Amino acid sequence: MTFRKILLASAALTALSGMAQAETVLKWGANRDIGSLDPYSYGDSFTINVLNHVYEGLVRYNADLKIEPALAASWEILEDKVTWRFHLREGVTFHNGNPFTAEDVVASLERVSDETSPLKGNLPAYVSSAVVDPMTVDITLNGTYPLLLNDLTNIHIFDREWMVEHDSLLPTDIGSGTEGYATYNANGTGPFSVESRQPDAKTVFVVNPDWWDVPQHNIDRIELTPVTSAATRVAALLSGEINFTNDAPVQDLPRLEASPDVNVLEGVDLRTVMIGFPFRDTLASGEPNPFKERAAREALYRAIDLDLIQQKVMRGKSRTAGATVAPPIPGYSEDLDTVPGADPEAAKALLAEAGVPEGLEFEFNCLSDGLVNEEQFCQAIAAMWSRIGLSPKLDVAPRAVQTPKRTQGKTDVYTLGWATLPMLDAYSPLLQIFHSKVGNSGVFNWGGWSYPELDALIDAAGSELDTETRLDLENQALRMVKDEIIMIPLHQQPMAWAVTGEVTEMPLFPDNKPRLWYAQVAE
Amino acid sequence: MLAFLIKRTANAVFVMLAVALLAFVIFRFFGDPVEMMVNEQATQADRAELRERLGLNDSFATQYLRFVTNAVQGDFGISYRNQQDVMVLIGDRFPATFELVLVATAISLVVGIPLGVITAVHRNSRLANLLQLGSIVGVSLPSFVVGIMLILAFSVSLGWLPAFGRGETVDIGWWSTGLLTPSGRQALVLPAISLSTFQITLVMRLVRAEMLEVLRSDYVKFARARGVPAPRLHWVHALRNCLMPVITLTGMQIGNLIAFALVTETVFQWPGMGLLFIQAVTFVDIPVMAAYLMLVSFIFVLLNTLVDIAYAWVDPRLRDDTAKAGGANG
Repeated sequence: MTFRKILLASAALTALSGMAQAETVLKWGANRDIGSLDPYSYGDSFTINVLNHVYEGLVRYNADLKIEPALAASWEILEDKVTWRFHLREGVTFHNGNPFTAEDVVASLERVSDETSPLKGNLPAYVSSAVVDPMTVDITLNGTYPLLLNDLTNIHIFDREWMVEHDSLLPTDIGSGTEGYATYNANGTGPFSVESRQPDAKTVFVVNPDWWDVPQHNIDRIELTPVTSAATRVAALLSGEINFTNDAPVQDLPRLEASPDVNVLEGVDLRTVMIGFPFRDTLASGEPNPFKERAAREALYRAIDLDLIQQKVMRGKSRTAGATVAPPIPGYSEDLDTVPGADPEAAKALLAEAGVPEGLEFEFNCLSDGLVNEEQFCQAIAAMWSRIGLSPKLDVAPRAVQTPKRTQGKTDVYTLGWATLPMLDAYSPLLQIFHSKVGNSGVFNWGGWSYPELDALIDAAGSELDTETRLDLENQALRMVKDEIIMIPLHQQPMAWAVTGEVTEMPLFPDNKPRLWYAQVAE
Repeated sequence: MLAFLIKRTANAVFVMLAVALLAFVIFRFFGDPVEMMVNEQATQADRAELRERLGLNDSFATQYLRFVTNAVQGDFGISYRNQQDVMVLIGDRFPATFELVLVATAISLVVGIPLGVITAVHRNSRLANLLQLGSIVGVSLPSFVVGIMLILAFSVSLGWLPAFGRGETVDIGWWSTGLLTPSGRQALVLPAISLSTFQITLVMRLVRAEMLEVLRSDYVKFARARGVPAPRLHWVHALRNCLMPVITLTGMQIGNLIAFALVTETVFQWPGMGLLFIQAVTFVDIPVMAAYLMLVSFIFVLLNTLVDIAYAWVDPRLRDDTAKAGGANG
């Protein structure tokens, strides 16, 4: 390129940016970048969330987080109870102009459930799918399963023709070490299409004028820029270089609130923070494990002053929890949400009852890059346990280091946050955390507990198609979890987004996922 | 000279292999990449299977050997997180880091050399003492603090310069440059200043020390006696003789700056190699970490080897084969 050409090019750019002023631009400063343009490439909810603006599922969550039709217009369960028939929406086109048909759905489901797909766990009950006619698809499951729609909200539909053309019918396999076309390119049906992407610098989405739905947003352009450093992100918001962030740092909220042009949107996340116990015969140190006794677990529960943590560590922004799921999650009920209250004396008596030796040492495993203020609340809780005569050994490190210790039982007591995503149902923690570790169940049952009665309740809920009966079963299971103190619920953690005055409408979702097709930017 | 070259090159290769080995030892403490790659609903069996497919279950020696064999062929695999070819990924980021380092180096020379001369010539004056004091601050302030303060002053309060990013870039072949657009140049100012603060102090102190030495030398005294005007004496005759070590140091420091730019890049969200590395660490993206460490150590080794060879070329006493002869003569 000669210098002259460069001049011309930059002149053209200036002209373009002059035009851009007439557009409504949402400048989104996120705390991290998306992994790739392929939602199936990496098991990462943020990437899936952002790409939901480009790709859509058969069904979606509406503004109240209720499931509504998206690419499927309607559906029914067939006689055999395990096959679901979806009638697809007519007149939908992909960004490249290809029409949306049943073949696309089947190809997408096969792609996400492929052996090498890191996301195949998102469709746990899926067996196969088949084209009935160009606008009808049958999905066959491995049994009666009530939560298929919840799972499908997160399964993005690709264009089969486009995948064939670019040899992308299978997800990128990291093991084979080859790149995929879909990593760099996207072609969905959603409200926005990808205009350009520079990893870690900027990804630009432009409005899709041919979107099948009536837009509730007025955004022409979304510029997603990752700004990893929290202080820089705050500065960029204050100086107006970004007009939206989905991660306003807790310590900077007073400063942002004091600024006249910034609005802070605060809420309580769906994520419930819990403490889990080991149920093995011995502790990591080889000593006998007293936490198999309910009394010992209750002692640790009674020793924690939840109010103090809420007020001091979480700066009054969290919601103290008594149940292991948040109130908006189906399966929750208010009577589960009670806390016993801190009582160190009672805790000591319970320790004595359980025969826990004075000064018992055990590992307390926390993440340095996990939950909101995790390091601080872990320190506070460790101190509270020391007060009743125990010697917890606090072990704080990044997730990548701690997770192997947790899964291999090389630690004792640990923290865990669970938002029930993407299912948004109490069945999610019941199956993944509280069920015994058999087959695909209990993946996060790190303590190794097993309650056959609880498993029976969960299994019954997992194959119950009647919603009311299912939620009742889930509620019973949650009650058992609470009575047995399998885990100690602490709180639902705070979340905060921030926008400048330019953004006139930005609904805050309790699952902490921006859905910008509901947002408005001033003209 | 040939023997010397072979020896230096062999040393360099050995250093690279050692770096790769150390890197691999360290990676084992970063944790398990698979836990970061799969989603919450993946089963234990899925995780184990992925681990097997990535070759993470192989013995340490096998993994190391495989890495070295591939690396020699220039194949570092694909990134776990971005699913992109690692060399392409790093190649995309290199121009950003290199431009930042280059501009920071230029700033450090343009500012550091005059300050060094002034503090040497006006030794013990109030200005010189103040500059000396300032230089201590420059050395001791961590660069992320400098960066944040610059952002607060010039982006938030004054609103003159962008707080993050690289602005518009223009592609010239595979090289992307921000130097040709106004927004690119604006975006470069704060990170370059932040990266150069330490370097300015270093250059200034080096020039000062060298100048003090030179000012005592006979030829300066003679020149002064001959009536050469003071500014010409200081800025031309004396300074020219101080520059050799400054140039050497600057050359060597480029490697350092590339390596330490990662702090500046994190603060300013500068899309360079350092930022890539930091994110790779967070996600235990072993292929990217390995390639980055190899590349940075390669730059270090290359610079050192070149400097050694240049010295040997300039100063025959440093060559092995002539060293013996020199010894006989001496």
